[in-house]
Amino acid sequence: MTDTLLEVCGLEISYGGIRAVKGIDLHIASGELVALIGSNGAGKTTTLKALAGLLHPARGKIQYANRSLINVVAHQRAAMGIALVPEGRGVFARMTVLENLLMGAYIRDDKSGIAIDLARMYELFPRLAERKDQLAGTLSGGEQQMVAMARALMGRPRLLMLDEPSMGLAPLMVQKIFEVIRDIAALGMSILLVEQNAKLALQVAQRGYVMESGEITLSGAATELLGSAAVQRAYLGA
Amino acid sequence: MEIFLQQIINGLVQGSVYALVALGYTMVYGILGLINFAHGEVVMIGAMLALSSLTVLLGLSVPPLLALLFSIILAMAGCMALGYTIERIAYRPLRHAPRLAPLITAIGVSIVLQNLAMMIWGREYHSFPQLIVNATHSLGGAVINDIQIIIFILALLIMAGLMAVVHRTRLGRAMRAVAENQHAAQLMGVDINRVISLTFMLGSALAAIAGLMVSANYGLAHYYMGFVLGLKAFTAAVLGGIGNLRGAMLGGLLLGLIESLGAGYIGDITGGFFGSNYQDVFAFLVLIVVLVFRPSGLLGERLAERA
Ligand SMILES: Nc1ncnc2c1ncn2[C@@H]1O[C@H](COP(=O)(O)OP(=O)(O)O)[C@@H](O)[C@H]1O
Ligand SMILES: [Mg+2]
Repeated sequence: MTDTLLEVCGLEISYGGIRAVKGIDLHIASGELVALIGSNGAGKTTTLKALAGLLHPARGKIQYANRSLINVVAHQRAAMGIALVPEGRGVFARMTVLENLLMGAYIRDDKSGIAIDLARMYELFPRLAERKDQLAGTLSGGEQQMVAMARALMGRPRLLMLDEPSMGLAPLMVQKIFEVIRDIAALGMSILLVEQNAKLALQVAQRGYVMESGEITLSGAATELLGSAAVQRAYLGA
Repeated sequence: MEIFLQQIINGLVQGSVYALVALGYTMVYGILGLINFAHGEVVMIGAMLALSSLTVLLGLSVPPLLALLFSIILAMAGCMALGYTIERIAYRPLRHAPRLAPLITAIGVSIVLQNLAMMIWGREYHSFPQLIVNATHSLGGAVINDIQIIIFILALLIMAGLMAVVHRTRLGRAMRAVAENQHAAQLMGVDINRVISLTFMLGSALAAIAGLMVSANYGLAHYYMGFVLGLKAFTAAVLGGIGNLRGAMLGGLLLGLIESLGAGYIGDITGGFFGSNYQDVFAFLVLIVVLVFRPSGLLGERLAERA
């Protein structure tokens, strides 16, 4: 067993009085790609927001790189290497693509390293190189997803969390985005991938969790989940 | 024709001061969606601090330009500390309160600062000491003096500098990121409280310089001077499109021109019924007309969702 990067215990998150996440446990090992699947409203986004520090859990423990994150605010978590590509992308629409990528490198001050990573992002997403001086708000959904992912990678995260990267994209674009996910996972980055497209997610992941109305109902190796009758019935339309 | 040119000159000089103050309103609005009505008072405190410092230093026979330089720095530092404090104690606790709450607090802060200034500096007008000879130059029949030239050029330089900061530096990018999407900015590692504090401080530094400019231009400072000036600069920011930096600059210059031309010709227009002492009317007419016909201002795109 490799060392654990993230460990979540009994995490509970409420909106007002309504419990959206009802005490979940999950963990991610260094270098692992883990999928979190579940239907709309299950609590996936809420979980990721709490891990990024944008929401404050009512209860539970979050342990990252052997440190408790309970009193660590969002911008400090970013500096510790936790990146979230949010649902809906959250690009800075009134900034250029280049400025968005530079925002991704906000926590860094190694100028030459940033320049190298910029070149790397343009290699990974040649489309962004063509549009680097264009306002991000004028790009297509797929291009904005690329901006959001490249922006997160510019911070050289240790843990990359992706919230529904395929949402609303054309099939060809989905394929491209998942190729990139596979590539960066191969480089050893730890990834937590949230998807409604369960099949795609479980095909690239090593392990998976299934979430239903705020609870984790199933977990295991991705291949096992793909083969499981319950998952097939609920999420794979079989 | 001479009147026209003269009013253009006066309008541009006054308008450049409005622009500096309007930038403070618009930067804070852009980031917090909040109208910092105490900003006019920060301008006044800047003028008063500079004036007191100048009076003391000149009394100690410090060379005038050195005294001026020191007083500018002191006024800027004082106003930055004031802007920081206002945000920290009056606005931050209300960050998630309904929109009306910080607006009321802003008016409260404004009243407190006015009264504080009255207690410290009294109700009387303070005259601004003469630091330079202030020669007058004629320009196609109109006149312009050295102080006006300095104010106008300095204001333009400061605005250019601000644009460079906002568009070319890491802090400027962070400010724009926070203005656009606070959650996403936090995910990038931006400490939004720090950026908000710095925005208030930056706006207050501009306000200090503007305060000094106004009192140097009119030769006077008074504890009440920030009120009308603040309202006019706010009008300028709305005219240009609040939240938009270029809009604040354009709005400031335009408002200065409208006011000055209006004052120059109001006697002719009304057959001598109103005199140029009615010039303040124009600013508020502009505010009403803009709010009725184009609430998003000349360069503004979005206002509705954050009013
Ligand atoms: N800002 C919010 N305020 C109140 N309830 C919310 C909010 N965001 C999400 N919820 C509720 O929390 C539950 C989980 O939502 P979410 O985490 O977005 O699910 P998922 O990402 O799995 O689709 C849903 O019932 C949703 O209605
Ligand atoms: Mg979601």
